[in-house]
Amino acid sequence: MRLLLALAVAHIRGRARQTLVAGLGVALGVGFSIAMAALMQGSQDDFVRQLVDTMPHVEITDETRAPAPQPAEAAYDVVAFSNLRIVDDRRGIANPTAARARLEAWVPGTVAPALVTQGVARYAGRDAGVTVTGVEPEIEERASSVAGDFVQGGFRSLDAGGDNVVIGDGLAGKLGATLGDTVDIVSPSGLSRGFRVVGLFHTGARARDEGEVYMALRTARILAERPNVINRIRLRLEDPDAAPAIAARAEAGLGYKAVSWQEANEAILEALVIRNFIMYTVVAAILLVAGFGIFNIVSTITHEKARDIAILKSLGFAETDMRRLFLIEGLAIGGAGAVLGWAIGYGLCLALGSVRFEVPELGDATRLPLAWSPWHYAISSALALGAAGIAGYLPARRAARLNPVDIIRGAT
Amino acid sequence: MSPLIDARHLGRTLAATVPVTLVRDVSLSIEAREFVALTGPSGSGKSSLLYLLGLLDRPTAGTLAIAGQDTGRLDERARSELRLTTIGFVFQFHFLLPEFTARANVEIPMLRLGRLTRRAARARAEELLGGLGLAGHFDKLPEQLSGGQRQRVAVARALANDPPLVLADEPTGSLDSKSSEQVFAILRDLVRERGKTILAVTHDLGLAARMDRRLELIDGGLITDDRPGAPDPTPAPG
Ligand SMILES: Nc1ncnc2c1ncn2[C@@H]1O[C@H](COP(=O)(O)OP(=O)(O)OP(=O)(O)O)[C@@H](O)[C@H]1O
Ligand SMILES: [Mg+2]
Repeated sequence: MRLLLALAVAHIRGRARQTLVAGLGVALGVGFSIAMAALMQGSQDDFVRQLVDTMPHVEITDETRAPAPQPAEAAYDVVAFSNLRIVDDRRGIANPTAARARLEAWVPGTVAPALVTQGVARYAGRDAGVTVTGVEPEIEERASSVAGDFVQGGFRSLDAGGDNVVIGDGLAGKLGATLGDTVDIVSPSGLSRGFRVVGLFHTGARARDEGEVYMALRTARILAERPNVINRIRLRLEDPDAAPAIAARAEAGLGYKAVSWQEANEAILEALVIRNFIMYTVVAAILLVAGFGIFNIVSTITHEKARDIAILKSLGFAETDMRRLFLIEGLAIGGAGAVLGWAIGYGLCLALGSVRFEVPELGDATRLPLAWSPWHYAISSALALGAAGIAGYLPARRAARLNPVDIIRGAT
Repeated sequence: MSPLIDARHLGRTLAATVPVTLVRDVSLSIEAREFVALTGPSGSGKSSLLYLLGLLDRPTAGTLAIAGQDTGRLDERARSELRLTTIGFVFQFHFLLPEFTARANVEIPMLRLGRLTRRAARARAEELLGGLGLAGHFDKLPEQLSGGQRQRVAVARALANDPPLVLADEPTGSLDSKSSEQVFAILRDLVRERGKTILAVTHDLGLAARMDRRLELIDGGLITDDRPGAPDPTPAPG
């Protein structure tokens, strides 16, 4: 093996410049692949992180997966019903205190109950439809991403005496209200109450900033005329990746529909998988192109060194030895290129990481999201070596089959 | 004991639109410790016959046994192994690997065989080269050596794995009379003192006359074999 290595080195040295070009081809391929993977992975991580941050990891609602059985079904033995009148059952999660306690017993994270209803906010003759969420301020502060987005006040401001509300800055702008003003909120049943604005938040998501108001659970129940009721339990988990399992367990335990963030965003996550697939296809294509360079150099060497092949075979080297020799040459160029490619990839990542974008809407500058993973290095160099192996093997096989005498006759 | 080389009706024809016969119906057997000359005019097929006997080429007719093994039945790997261990080949042109020093060229067959350590292979290479008057040229590349020196490196390489049989294609062809006398003496000593068997192609009838036995080829066929008691070689028909 060492002997073959020495022979391979001698061949490669004889073609230093062409070898360098082929190696550089691989290096650039590997380098760009690594940088691209880092960018793709980074932007994906960034995106998923935002997704995970801004929504509950698991949301339990007062619905069930299967439609609730019709009361008539219990009473009559029939196959189908029609013309049933809808009863406003004023649903909610049954036994909220017990349900919460049961979840808190095992869920690794925060259990945040809420009562969500619709309403209309009115101020100075202007009005806007809003989603009213009644929360427990102390828990909400730990469980909601909005807690970090307050411009003024916070969830804890709701604890002050009287009827208080926190609203998005978009809604405040729409209504023309500011901190300290009293905004009227009208419930679906027509009940209207005045609430003092004690906090303003800016999440950056327009729909939320213009459409969400939070108040204490107690006041929300009064507004909705549903004492002691909650219709949502949101879980914020220590490990967001555990959400599907926890959602399944919660659903089995409570009987209510529990949706993990992964389930809620299935389509988006599927798109990410496709995106990754496309990326690795492109990476493979780049490295295949780099493989052509290797094919070229190894082919050239086998032609140039045909006499050496004949000599080695006449000395007693077998076809397998010759195949191995040129395979080693291909892999050596590919391997050296891959290692150089790591350095290029690392350098590109550093360079990309230092680029800053000024986005006026966001105010402060953002950087490109880059993810570092040894897998990017491993996968791209594995693909490079694979391409190099194929690129070396094809000419190697042909060279190994050469009949030494044909070459010797041609040479003399 | 079976002869070292036993060829029966050996033939080699190149397939082409007009087939070319390089070797026709050659039967010969060579015993161990023989020192045999192969002569014949240029183009008579001497090199072609040597390639067949050295397992570098495959015959299109007849059978060939080397050291008692029917080579027609051997696969590529076994033929390579036999070349490596049993046959030393010296080409008409030296055919050294240009990227390697004289010493490395001689080491390569030993390292391929793997019976010697690197250190022992190196020592043996130097001993062989030294014995051929090349002490002090170990680290030279083939291009830095004269024709005669290269030919002697090639002889050293053929002897590297101590093969019982050496096939040499005009080993003295490109040498002046002094160097060719030197190489001849080396080959003769290999037979006399080391018990090798040598079949050497030569144009020099003076040298051929000093060898044990002479084979003469004309037009691919064996016309003379002056070994006492050898069967009458079949002359080429037509
Ligand atoms: N590839 C080939 N195609 C056609 N004819 C060939 C080929 N190679 C060799 N020959 C012919 O085969 C014959 C034998 O060639 P070979 O080299 O064996 O002769 P030789 O006796 O070694 O000659 P020399 O003394 O010049 O080395 C020659 O007539 C040559 O022209
Ligand atoms: Mg010849």
